[in-house]
Amino acid sequence: MTMTFNSETFRGDYSYRNSPAAIRRFPFPFDRDSYMYSVNMEPHRGGPAGSVFERRFDVDEHYIAEMEDRAITLSRDPGRCQSLPHMTLAGWDLLELIMRSKAEDYPELFELHRDGDRWHWTNRPLGIEDSFTFLDDATLPCGPMEYITRQTQGDFALLDQRDGNLWMDAGMVTSQADWSLDFDIGMNFFEWHAPVPRAAEMGIFQRALKFLLNIGQDNPARRLNWTMTVNPRLDTSPETYPEWGPEKRMLTRGNVGERQFLRVELQSFWRLPRSNALAFPIRCYLCSLQDLATVPKWGRRLHRVIRDLPEDLAAYKGFAVNRRLIVDYLAGFDDGLPTSPGIFPD
Amino acid sequence: MTSLQLKLTRKDPLSPRITRFRFEHPRAAELPAFSGGAHVMVEMRDGERLHRNAYSLISDPSDRTGYEIAVQREDGGRGGSRFMHGQTRIGMVMNIGLPVNLFALDLTARKHLLIAGGVGVTPFLAQIPQLARLGAAYELHYAVRRREELAALPLLPAGAAVHVHVGAEGRRLDLAALLAAQPLGTHLYVCASERMIRAARETALAQGWPQEAVHSEQFLAPAPGEPFEVHCAASDRTLSVGAEQSLLEALEAAGIETPWLCRGGACGQCETAVLACDGSIEHRDHWLEPAERASRIMPCVSRFRGRLLTIDR
Repeated sequence: MTMTFNSETFRGDYSYRNSPAAIRRFPFPFDRDSYMYSVNMEPHRGGPAGSVFERRFDVDEHYIAEMEDRAITLSRDPGRCQSLPHMTLAGWDLLELIMRSKAEDYPELFELHRDGDRWHWTNRPLGIEDSFTFLDDATLPCGPMEYITRQTQGDFALLDQRDGNLWMDAGMVTSQADWSLDFDIGMNFFEWHAPVPRAAEMGIFQRALKFLLNIGQDNPARRLNWTMTVNPRLDTSPETYPEWGPEKRMLTRGNVGERQFLRVELQSFWRLPRSNALAFPIRCYLCSLQDLATVPKWGRRLHRVIRDLPEDLAAYKGFAVNRRLIVDYLAGFDDGLPTSPGIFPD
Repeated sequence: MTSLQLKLTRKDPLSPRITRFRFEHPRAAELPAFSGGAHVMVEMRDGERLHRNAYSLISDPSDRTGYEIAVQREDGGRGGSRFMHGQTRIGMVMNIGLPVNLFALDLTARKHLLIAGGVGVTPFLAQIPQLARLGAAYELHYAVRRREELAALPLLPAGAAVHVHVGAEGRRLDLAALLAAQPLGTHLYVCASERMIRAARETALAQGWPQEAVHSEQFLAPAPGEPFEVHCAASDRTLSVGAEQSLLEALEAAGIETPWLCRGGACGQCETAVLACDGSIEHRDHWLEPAERASRIMPCVSRFRGRLLTIDR
């Protein structure tokens, strides 16, 4: 397998684009023509060949550009990467999980050689080659979580498990849907979810927490979450709201198809063996409405979902202001025909 | 649930009733890492019976070449520990579940105070090397009745911070004095009999220790009891639970799927709704809140006495 990586940007001129193959493998999050919260977890044990679910940590054509964008965000705001003192061991756990998974799943891109605690890591796409001593912080240029997540697409939260709860005690967060690690650091599961409408009354969080506390080493889980973003921007954080918030008002009938993106998070959950913490990768995929509509099933379905979504959910997801524009645009792709079950294209 | 097929490579008596078992991969492959305090589920094929017992891992978590457990023979138990002592042979391949930790260290603690009663020392044997490697402050207090029960002493690393309390020699553990002398930020971990756990917890809370700084683990083995009848409404079947059988085992024997993790009343996985109860439930778990006990049961350890129990399985 050879993979080519796009030269593209997630800010400024926004030259981000999806190839036709990337559109086909986009993780469209709606398995039916309507949406409501659920604890929509499933085992993370691969998926259809070529899909984003196939490998443990999906690497795609945006890899290098996403890592460049992360480096820009970190240079402007180092607080996007934080690890409380007791979380270093969990950082090593994460480093081991990602290095071993990537080296096994993408041997042509990544290599890991281990001789006891002496490890040698090669990352060909990014041109990185390092030797270090496993569990010895002094042998890496930065902390283990920061080191490996500067080389892995998606945001990462490391959740400490204690007192029957999960605590957001470390993370690398530069491609978030409007939440702040700096604000949430040290919070427990209920505290960081407090802004989410409806779900608490539905008992979603109690059930989700119980599920997560019992995730074992052998059964990682995953779910999809979604929102909407104007322009293909990874860094939609509260800290930089003045930069991207006004862009929501630049949407017109003429540019909505090109400029409005469906933002999907592939969230996964992994028990880390040495620290007993939980790793929570949040991988962001972006696809413009016009690209999505090249898959007829998705065009029809997205129209129905957005049209029928309760108003408070549209407000929470940040697109209430543009909902009319979006629905009118998508209506052009909905001929009223029935859609097949499941998320994949027909 | 995934399990590993591991070969029994060593069997060493540590005391008259406690034996250490070591398991390794048959082709010497590296075993999954674990954290101190984790347990594994050991499956024992005992003729027609299948025992599944949880045992704490006692080996150094950094040793990826093997897993070690210590088993105390319970002559009045349901047979799992007797099987381990009497019927296992070096070279046997057994199913061992992946490590699960329900008694993890709280790494935010400034100091870790570990209190072991007898064979309750087992989770600490894996936690101590982990704490030593992290450079964390800790103290183990190891309480037994008689000196010959100090089976774990030779297994502790050289230089471990260990204090021994032998009741028969007039050196009982003075919980109140020990707890009162701890610096702020200390976390207490107790693995012992129910009585000792209760005493430690009550003493700590009376001294103003925060609830979240007090941790305990007591693995319950499902105790035998009277046979009883259970109706599984969702599968529309009525089962008889034998005297030596747990309700969970009866469900499994009937092919009625029930999730489980610890089989010891602590993890909550097998929690089951009670739809009708013509009699009384003997709750033996550490999971259900008192208010939930009228409408829920933990089939791994709890039993029923009466005419018929109806559950949502």
